[in-house]
Amino acid sequence: MNSNKEITTIIVGTGTCGLAAGARKVHEYFADKIEESSGPYVLKKTGCLGFCTMEPIVDIEIPGWPRLSFGPVTVENAELLWSMISEGAELPREFVLGAHADPEGILELHDVPILWETPFFRNQTRLVLKNSGIIDPESLEEYLESGGYRGLKRALDLSPVEVVDEVKASGLRGRGGAGFPTGLKWQFAHDAPGDEKYVICNADEGDPGAFMDRSILEGDPHAVIEGLAIAAYAIGASKGYVYCRAEYPLAIRRLTDAIEQAKEAGFLGENILDSGFSFELLIKKGAGAFVCGEETALIASIEGKRGMPRPRPPYPAQSGLWGKPTNINNVETVANVPFILADGAEAFRKYGTEESPGTKVFALTGNVKRSGLVEASMGMRLRDIIFDIGGGVQGDKKFKAVQIGGPSGGCLPEELLDTAVDYDSLVAAGAMMGSGGMVVMDEGTCMVDVAKFFLEFTASESCGKCLPCREGVARLRETLNGIVRAHRDESPEESLLRFQGVTMMEELAEVIRDSAACGLGQTAPNPILSTLKYFKDEYDAHVFERRCPAGVCTALLEYYIDPELCTGCGLCVRKCPDDAILGEKRHPHYISDEKCIRCGTCRQFCPFGAIKVR
Amino acid sequence: MSKINVTVNGRPVEIEAGGTILEAARAAQVRVPTLCHIEGLEPSGSCRICSVEVEGRRTLLPACAEPAADGMQIKTNTPRVLAARRQMIQLLLANHPDDCLYCMRAGDCDLQQMAQEVGIRERAWRRGEHRTHAMDRSSPSVVRDPNKCILCGKCVRICDEIQGVAAIDHAGRGFDSYVLPAFDDELASTVCVNCGQCVAICPTGALVERSDLARVWRYLADDSYVTVVQTAPAVRAALGLVYGLSGNEAEARMATALRDMGFDYVFDTQYTADLTIMEEGSELLQRVKEGGPLPLITSCSPGWIKFAEHFYPEFLANLSTCKSPQQMLGAMVKNYWAEEMGVPAEKVRVISVMPCTAKKFEAERPEMETGAGRDVDAVITTRELIRAFDEMGLDFDRIEPGEFDEFLGKSSGAGAIFGATGGVAEAALRTVYNLLTGENPGPKDFEAVRGLDGVKEIELTLPDDTVLRGAVVHGLGNARRLMDRVAAGEAEYAFIEVMACPGGCVGGGGQPYGADAERTAKLAGELYQIDDERVLRFSHENPEILKAYEEYLGEPLGDTSHRLLHTTYRGRSKFSSEGEEDES
Repeated sequence: MNSNKEITTIIVGTGTCGLAAGARKVHEYFADKIEESSGPYVLKKTGCLGFCTMEPIVDIEIPGWPRLSFGPVTVENAELLWSMISEGAELPREFVLGAHADPEGILELHDVPILWETPFFRNQTRLVLKNSGIIDPESLEEYLESGGYRGLKRALDLSPVEVVDEVKASGLRGRGGAGFPTGLKWQFAHDAPGDEKYVICNADEGDPGAFMDRSILEGDPHAVIEGLAIAAYAIGASKGYVYCRAEYPLAIRRLTDAIEQAKEAGFLGENILDSGFSFELLIKKGAGAFVCGEETALIASIEGKRGMPRPRPPYPAQSGLWGKPTNINNVETVANVPFILADGAEAFRKYGTEESPGTKVFALTGNVKRSGLVEASMGMRLRDIIFDIGGGVQGDKKFKAVQIGGPSGGCLPEELLDTAVDYDSLVAAGAMMGSGGMVVMDEGTCMVDVAKFFLEFTASESCGKCLPCREGVARLRETLNGIVRAHRDESPEESLLRFQGVTMMEELAEVIRDSAACGLGQTAPNPILSTLKYFKDEYDAHVFERRCPAGVCTALLEYYIDPELCTGCGLCVRKCPDDAILGEKRHPHYISDEKCIRCGTCRQFCPFGAIKVR
Repeated sequence: MSKINVTVNGRPVEIEAGGTILEAARAAQVRVPTLCHIEGLEPSGSCRICSVEVEGRRTLLPACAEPAADGMQIKTNTPRVLAARRQMIQLLLANHPDDCLYCMRAGDCDLQQMAQEVGIRERAWRRGEHRTHAMDRSSPSVVRDPNKCILCGKCVRICDEIQGVAAIDHAGRGFDSYVLPAFDDELASTVCVNCGQCVAICPTGALVERSDLARVWRYLADDSYVTVVQTAPAVRAALGLVYGLSGNEAEARMATALRDMGFDYVFDTQYTADLTIMEEGSELLQRVKEGGPLPLITSCSPGWIKFAEHFYPEFLANLSTCKSPQQMLGAMVKNYWAEEMGVPAEKVRVISVMPCTAKKFEAERPEMETGAGRDVDAVITTRELIRAFDEMGLDFDRIEPGEFDEFLGKSSGAGAIFGATGGVAEAALRTVYNLLTGENPGPKDFEAVRGLDGVKEIELTLPDDTVLRGAVVHGLGNARRLMDRVAAGEAEYAFIEVMACPGGCVGGGGQPYGADAERTAKLAGELYQIDDERVLRFSHENPEILKAYEEYLGEPLGDTSHRLLHTTYRGRSKFSSEGEEDES
């Protein structure tokens, strides 16, 4: 409830996703209006609420009303909002998302739901994202009002060992992918001998489609700073780095500003909160190599070396940055820490499962109705995330698979939709938590094409150091390319290569998994292994019948004209970009398969539906 | 050190705690093949060829990098391990040209041998995508063929971690990554010092020496030339190793073998090693007397010289102005000897056999001409010499021992030990001692400079009780560390001996493949054995040297010496071969 009786506050979601959807123009619109009117209006920014399909999202706090969220707010919609604010025009109900609270029950009259009770939010558990899209990330005061730095204060009252124990007791596991117990990692770094130690925050978020770390940095940078300061105190580090990809300029800017604020307020720097503990936090920009998310490659990159993993042991906890004991945690992991210290391990364990306590943020994308960042309690079923939070498959098509865990995760079929989302269940099913990418695929998706896409990614992001990943993934990619290549383009030797590759593909994938040097290499063949496991029939169709059941692999399609339906109107001849259609006027036409480039234009334009695909 | 117990293929074995699985396997007499592993350096774990199975572990583990733990059950030969190894070698072959027949490394190639070992009889992966990079033949010493590279990274690491040069590194990502000089420049225009350590450690034909053998055969075939060959000390030691002979025996048979090859005169670089001692010993005393510049730093190693020109140009005045023994011999042959023999110098062809690839570069330096063209016309490595013997069908084991030709063929034991780290310092001190006192020291008085320690120190007390401190380093990484200390004023020496290669010339980049510390020590031992068995132990007692001074050179550091036996250096950029033409 807006307790201020005079001022109306307009809050525009200006995370990168909001900006991409047009939030800048909306922000400018309100800024201009406020300037013109010189009324009692305040314009603010906030981070990302996570509801991507509804961006740009604007919140309004009108005197006497609870905070309301609207989306998508285009500039035209913004005009409607402005009339409501400035002229008391009616609430534009079509794009009200909901109210943040309704203590006085006034909303029922207006038929506005509580935001957190709407389908996208009602099954989410927002611990890490609790401030994202709510507070102004550029305001330390708002972070403090939301309970910020309580965790650090409590930590500094404890001994470092007690802090480590609290995190251990919480059962928090690394949110970057492997799910290693965070407290244990801290323990190793704490126990390692040495006066000089480091903490590093891994913000090298590289999975295509995953952006939870960016959102946290943009929407709640102080949570990351607080978590890192706690980690540094616990292990005995006085210096830390946030290794963030340079492609995240807004995240870097917000974090840079927040670090300055924290320093001024005494949460960073010398003698923090009079505890005697000092901690300096620096940002190191990475050039966006996927492999630099691997901790030893990341360390090499900070040291100015080529980002390549090195053998572990020694683990960074023993010998990390500059050879000193180093603790590395990913952004989301770090962002969980303030809550654990502020409210205690037991409070954290109320969420999630015994083995995987807490929540996980997922980037729910693909053919799903409501896409966005969703934070779910660990142990929730895949089905509930996709069909309840996500609203099911777009266009009510049939669900085919969900790709989970980023490029090196796995594709799970419908039968496994009841899998609980926690570290161990996902691995058992042949996928992995990864950083939390969750791509929903409908029946129009070709699983061979999907495997090819992800393999293309891991192949181009391989650092090239270890043999199985460098050479092996490239051979897998070559084999998949062979499978989807048209037979007519193939030399006899290439046909042989294709068959030979297919017969050896699985064995090679297993060798890579068994012998690559780092986690990225070991998991690179996962897209192939999981699709082979659950969608073998699609591979068979491609390899033996030379057809793509989903109709995605265009080289395998054959366009032909049904002579019964063709009137010889000649429209297709004119539309064909490659002169592949032959025929006399008013007689059935014919498509030359050799010339056809399978663009589908003729089929799109034929008024009689005479052009078919097989 | 505490011990741990593990089993390897079921056999219990006890090793030092902290040892790797590879060390455990060796202790159990089990061979695990390796490709990227370099003894003595941090494991890189890049090739994964040594992957083995460990009970209870999810994936295979690289034996070279994974520490063995107490109670570990290691299996090196399970079907899973062998299948993975076979697959990995197949993957290397899928990206490797099929031209073994024409490859310099055929028959002596780690990849070929490994493929044979695992019984590969056909390609698993037809040659699809593969690397297609141009060969780099720019360097006078090293030829790069990136298409034969299997990216083990050993060359990169030896160049950086041992030699401190870092002329090459990995670039590009994933399948497109390859090893190259910065900015993809050609090797000749980089800081590469031509030491050839990369060639010596390369498992395939991706890095080989530039072969000059064909040119040598041409000279030998042309009757209008008078061909003269010289051999460095380390060559005979290596031949002894290859043919199972002592250094002494190998030396004698080598003389015969070279004559069999068709050389008209067989001279010895050890002769000019003695000559170097005369000049450089005098230079040291002169500099001590005249107040510098000190330390005097040796100049026999052309890899070191180029290294100093790039990275320590401020010390160029400290380098001895003496040419290396190879170049002194060339100059002596084309001037003194040619005149004495009445042979027109332009008809003489001087060929050297060296343990070194940098000698090829040195012979082509513009400073190295004293009259009739280049003083040394062609340089071949020990490896190339052995190939020549093979080509001739020469049975090295059976030929009669022979001797070097007179005039420029006699050498002292001091000249022989030039091939080992510390040898130049030891030989020089023997003569400097004599120059100062008029007496000979005991032949083993300066043994402290022997051995493979990275930096060795020695002192010589002068008659006026001043003490000359000297240092001996080998391997350019060690040289860099020492020079940095000297530059920072943390270490003060009157003289420093630097040899570019680990162990000195016996560990040179032109020596037969398979060098390691143990072999290098053994080869050095052969040279010390030659020294021990020589009657002549002192450079200043070599009668051919004395005769040369009497008849031709006059005195050490005299005018003729300066014209023929001394040279100048040039500063070079720290990043490339820029400024190559500026004389300093």
